[in-house]
Amino acid sequence: MKQLRRNFLKLSGGAGAVAAAAGLLKAGSAWAAPWNKNAFESKVVADIQKSLGATNLIDSKDITITAPDIAENGAIVPIAVTSKIPNTQSIAIIAEKNPFPLAASFDIMAGGEGYVSTRVKMGQTSNVRAIVKADGKFYTAVKEIKVTVGGCG
Amino acid sequence: MAEPMKIRATLQGDTADVRILMRHPMETGTRKTASGVVPLHFIQSVVVQHNGKTVLDAQWSQAISRDPFLGLRVKGAKVGDKISVTWTDNTGDKRTDEVTVAAGS
Repeated sequence: MKQLRRNFLKLSGGAGAVAAAAGLLKAGSAWAAPWNKNAFESKVVADIQKSLGATNLIDSKDITITAPDIAENGAIVPIAVTSKIPNTQSIAIIAEKNPFPLAASFDIMAGGEGYVSTRVKMGQTSNVRAIVKADGKFYTAVKEIKVTVGGCG
Repeated sequence: MAEPMKIRATLQGDTADVRILMRHPMETGTRKTASGVVPLHFIQSVVVQHNGKTVLDAQWSQAISRDPFLGLRVKGAKVGDKISVTWTDNTGDKRTDEVTVAAGS
């Protein structure tokens, strides 16, 4: 009997916590999506794509990566991604040869345009890949950025 | 500790062009100094709201540059609308700043 009662308490306590969490999510408008630990700590691009749920990538010409062809300073590489795909839901930026390739992932809500611009660090010359989620499908585009460190080309 | 952000929001047509400059060291956790390795310290999450409604929810890694820049565009904005930006870093430090949308040239 005691065992049952304990289980019951555990269950009801758990359910209460879930309900409270759900309440918080509705109440707090500044709620941020949980940090995608698996994707950010992965060192392999394929694993990142899996963690993002992006398995079938479609090459798209509607995604523009605006960045210099040659970045003189790998510590500050300006990258802007514009997606002309309707209903763009998220944009992820991956510097393929960085130790942790996934640099950033942007969730765009209704009211935001399919455009983000930021500056990232790059360890070496590498392909930079943008993955755009729109209407549940994943699109991608790639641009190579050459990084000159210490003046050698 | 957390210094104020510089935020500029200017209206272009019916879209607000928002530019944010944050002050943060964005340590990668691999940089070494004389006193040892500088621990990982970076902004993990940035939320941008337009009149209290979230328009962009960004998740970042340590690969974003020091003193990060973020640019975005908000549709359906008007002069006087509120744009607020909140960042949270991996040590739980946070900062929120707010500006109103200004008329573009």
